[in-house]
Amino acid sequence: MRRLFAHITAGAIVVFARAITAVRGVWTGVAPAPTRRVYFANHTSNADFILLWAAIPPQYRRHTRPVAAADYWLKNALRTFIGRDVVRGVLIERAPEARNQDPVAQMTEATDAGDSLIIFPEGQRNMTGEDLLPFKTGLFHLASARPDLELVPVWIENLNRVMPKGEIIPVPFLCTVTFGAPIAYSDHKAAFLQAAYDAVLALKPETGDG
Amino acid sequence: MTELQILFTGILGLLLVATIIGHVLDEARPSPSVDNLVARINAWWIMVLALAIAFFLGRTAMVLLFAFASFNAMREFVTIAATRREDHLAVAAAFFIILPLQYYMIWMDWYGMFSIFIPVYAFLLMPIVAVVKGETENFLVRIASVQWALMIAVYCVSYVPVFLSLHIPGFEGKNLLLIAFLILIVQISDVLQYVWGKAIGRHKIAPRLSPSKTIEGFLGGVISSTIIGAAMFWITPFTFWQAGLMALGISLMGFFGGLVMSAIKRDRGVKDWGDSIAGHGGFLDRLDSLVFAAPLFFHLTRFFWMTNP
Repeated sequence: MRRLFAHITAGAIVVFARAITAVRGVWTGVAPAPTRRVYFANHTSNADFILLWAAIPPQYRRHTRPVAAADYWLKNALRTFIGRDVVRGVLIERAPEARNQDPVAQMTEATDAGDSLIIFPEGQRNMTGEDLLPFKTGLFHLASARPDLELVPVWIENLNRVMPKGEIIPVPFLCTVTFGAPIAYSDHKAAFLQAAYDAVLALKPETGDG
Repeated sequence: MTELQILFTGILGLLLVATIIGHVLDEARPSPSVDNLVARINAWWIMVLALAIAFFLGRTAMVLLFAFASFNAMREFVTIAATRREDHLAVAAAFFIILPLQYYMIWMDWYGMFSIFIPVYAFLLMPIVAVVKGETENFLVRIASVQWALMIAVYCVSYVPVFLSLHIPGFEGKNLLLIAFLILIVQISDVLQYVWGKAIGRHKIAPRLSPSKTIEGFLGGVISSTIIGAAMFWITPFTFWQAGLMALGISLMGFFGGLVMSAIKRDRGVKDWGDSIAGHGGFLDRLDSLVFAAPLFFHLTRFFWMTNP
């Protein structure tokens, strides 16, 4: 019953996201595929993963799980329902002292079960007006634990205009989600993270004020 | 058959011929431009069917259809506009208050209000809503963008269903034909300008705005759509010459509307307004000429043909 309800809610959320943003997946570097992937994207809004999720065709969406903050998504019953049941989030405790599980182990557990992941390597929502914040190291640790995963950079455009921080009414803007070519794993941490960072930023469309 | 049935049969015939030509070309010489042509024709089918269904269902459906078009057009406009987060409330008001009110007043046929609502009330309300946030950077550009979005995507588009409220003696119950005439002339003029331009176009008419538009295409398109408009006088309350003049006005406004909208696109560094209509770009790419032609055609018709109710 709870699963059926979660399924219907997932569909409703995607329909709503489409109605407001007419979101469109632009697959410039890869095509949608059942391959186990790590989609890593820029993060400007709490709805980022919903948009990215909506841009993935439904048959693969079910096997694509966002990695999200447990302290945010387990705060109340509604968030828990959405975070855990609807989008099947891999919920990670941000504060190290509150952890009883290793975040990388939580992620590899999901990929070993055949799922793809969505992660936001900036580690927090970007409110600065900069295009992209420096990446945290989680992506590197995940990639070195499972070098066979396909690492797909993603740029989410315009969602921060739909609902800026502190606003409660979403406003319609056209949004796109651009999927770039997978990046190669390298065991040099700094170089790898820089390459990942550059790959995401390179997907930002050059329009408007630029 | 009534005029409306003849008209729709004719349009369906044209589309059928176009579809067959598209398929033959695709079989004989497949190329990206043929793909684009086929995509355009398919989108035409959907647009004609949507219009036909709304025509058939009547007034409420027409109002809803164009409210939907306005919503999509305004979303395309604000997406490339220079708004900031401080304008959020103004943009939200434009979408969720002004747009529904405008179409509601059109539906209830309140001419005295809907004809001034956006140019007066919304025009003044938008900067007030935005100014209370206290952000002055680019204020004029930002707020003018929202006002333009409302004027172009809502106010001008909403003139199309307004034709249903006109009272023209001797033309009762046939106002749908005026909408059909307007849309047909605008689109035929667009298509023929393109066709003439491809066929004999040599001299660019506005190289910085729209490199594909030529003097030959402009003249050929406007003249032939004027002739077609005159020949269609029997579906309108106009005489042969009047219908020709109206079609001329519609085609000219459509042409300059296209130029203005493409100047905005260029200024903002985009090629198309969106990509919701395969082969055509966004809603505004299809509506740009209609947006400029509809208010003029409406007011000319109202001024010269409508009796005071």
